[in-house]
Amino acid sequence: MSLRHILTVFFKQGKDIMRNRTILIQFVLFPVLAAIMEYSVKPEELPEHFFIYMFAAMYFVMAPLTGMSAVIAEEKEKNTLRVLLMADVTPAEYLAGTGGCIFLAGMAGSCMFAVCGGFSGGKLAWFLLMMAAGTAVSLVAGAAIGVWSRNQTSAASLSVPVMMVFSFLPMLSMFNEAVGRAAKYAYSQQIYRLMAEGSSAAKGETGIVLAGNFLAVFLIFRYVCGRQQRGSKKSANR
Amino acid sequence: MVNAIELREITHYFDGKMVLDHISLNVGKGEILGLLGPSGAGKTTLIRILTGQLAQTSGTAYLSGIETGKHAGKTRRNAGGASGRAGAPLTGMMTDDCGLYERFSAYENLHLFARIYNVPRSRIEEILRAVGLWEARNTAVSKLSKGMRQRLSFARAVLAGPQILFLDEPSCGLDPQTAAEIHGLIRQQKQAGVTVFLTTHNMQEATKLCDHTALLNGGVIVEYGPPEEICRRYHHQKKLLLRLSGGENVVLPHTKEAAETVADYLRREQIDTIHSTEPDLETVFMELTGRRIDQ
Repeated sequence: MSLRHILTVFFKQGKDIMRNRTILIQFVLFPVLAAIMEYSVKPEELPEHFFIYMFAAMYFVMAPLTGMSAVIAEEKEKNTLRVLLMADVTPAEYLAGTGGCIFLAGMAGSCMFAVCGGFSGGKLAWFLLMMAAGTAVSLVAGAAIGVWSRNQTSAASLSVPVMMVFSFLPMLSMFNEAVGRAAKYAYSQQIYRLMAEGSSAAKGETGIVLAGNFLAVFLIFRYVCGRQQRGSKKSANR
Repeated sequence: MVNAIELREITHYFDGKMVLDHISLNVGKGEILGLLGPSGAGKTTLIRILTGQLAQTSGTAYLSGIETGKHAGKTRRNAGGASGRAGAPLTGMMTDDCGLYERFSAYENLHLFARIYNVPRSRIEEILRAVGLWEARNTAVSKLSKGMRQRLSFARAVLAGPQILFLDEPSCGLDPQTAAEIHGLIRQQKQAGVTVFLTTHNMQEATKLCDHTALLNGGVIVEYGPPEEICRRYHHQKKLLLRLSGGENVVLPHTKEAAETVADYLRREQIDTIHSTEPDLETVFMELTGRRIDQ
């Protein structure tokens, strides 16, 4: 692994995100929506920072997942990824650079949530830690979808249902008990609960669910990468 | 002396169908080899095998004596390059679809790869000026014409001073003037000692540029050699074509009797143009395969 290659891809991706409005808007829209709702709608029956946590849960699923899958799929579709790999950037270096950049963009948005919520000290650290964990899982899921997809259209058609399921589970589980029972096995639900209720809400099953989710997504990612590598070595567009 | 490119019995199957059939050829250092063939002949597959993007079913390929596939990384770097710069890549490639970052400017596209190859910034200016894109350096690629994109793609391929340059359909879809500019750039690389392996289905391009051409059809090399020599080999029916001042065309055989007829026309100042009818590569390809190359 070359650090120069990773940093080059990282800065390239940063510059590209700033110019790609469809990606950029996702990292900005959710924190802005959360701020508007937090300051304009304050029903007394809802818990404190309800909208911050709700939108943050949607954000850490949607933004990194769609961002990562869209970026990889676009590079594949426009053949820029092939050119990068031909220039001796390894797939691992590319994923580290791109993933690192999207993770950082995700955490920048997370900081905006924290500012809106007025978090500080231990609460701030806990919130950002949870956001980082959620972003990491979504990032790997997005990478798997991006690597699997041939183009941006197929990436979107795969990532939309996945992100809809995981991002809306925390909200839906409040209205339906059956959904709530299923949702507790999803990382988004567990992280939402940990954010809203604090570290004291962490139980043994929380760690198992989070680790299980991360492992499952990682194994899917590994499988997809292996499949892609075998496929690209065998096939060719003449 | 080690050949720049050496192919030994390269065979490749795709979905059970043979795409390349025991391809063997050598390209000497500093030569331009043109691989000609219609769409689907296997040209891009061969380039992908040579550049380590695809593993052949059987056979071996060497770039400057290094086996591709097994040592794909080595064939892409640390060779010294034609530029003589340590760490320069052995190969550079210009793909048929450019593969440029459209939201980036011409300069930013090259800067990205300059950082990857660890090439100094001064080289970016040098190469952008060489391909005539310095004035358009800050223009986003999405706003560049196809010819400018092709030139930028070429600039990226030669940025780090590779020893071997792979060009996949370098002038495909370009107007004659832009194609001529690309040809000029290719010749400059040859003069700098770079070996060029190009695929094309443009016979004129191959005839003008290449030291050797290989005609590929259905995964088989049906003819190989310098373009003029190939044409001479198939010069079976030697004829002269005369266009007379009245607009009439006269075809004469290469015989003593015909010489008298030509002299007679000349004396009477009736000849507008006179041509010999030796075959071009297109004719040779048709004779060998029974199909046109652009089919």
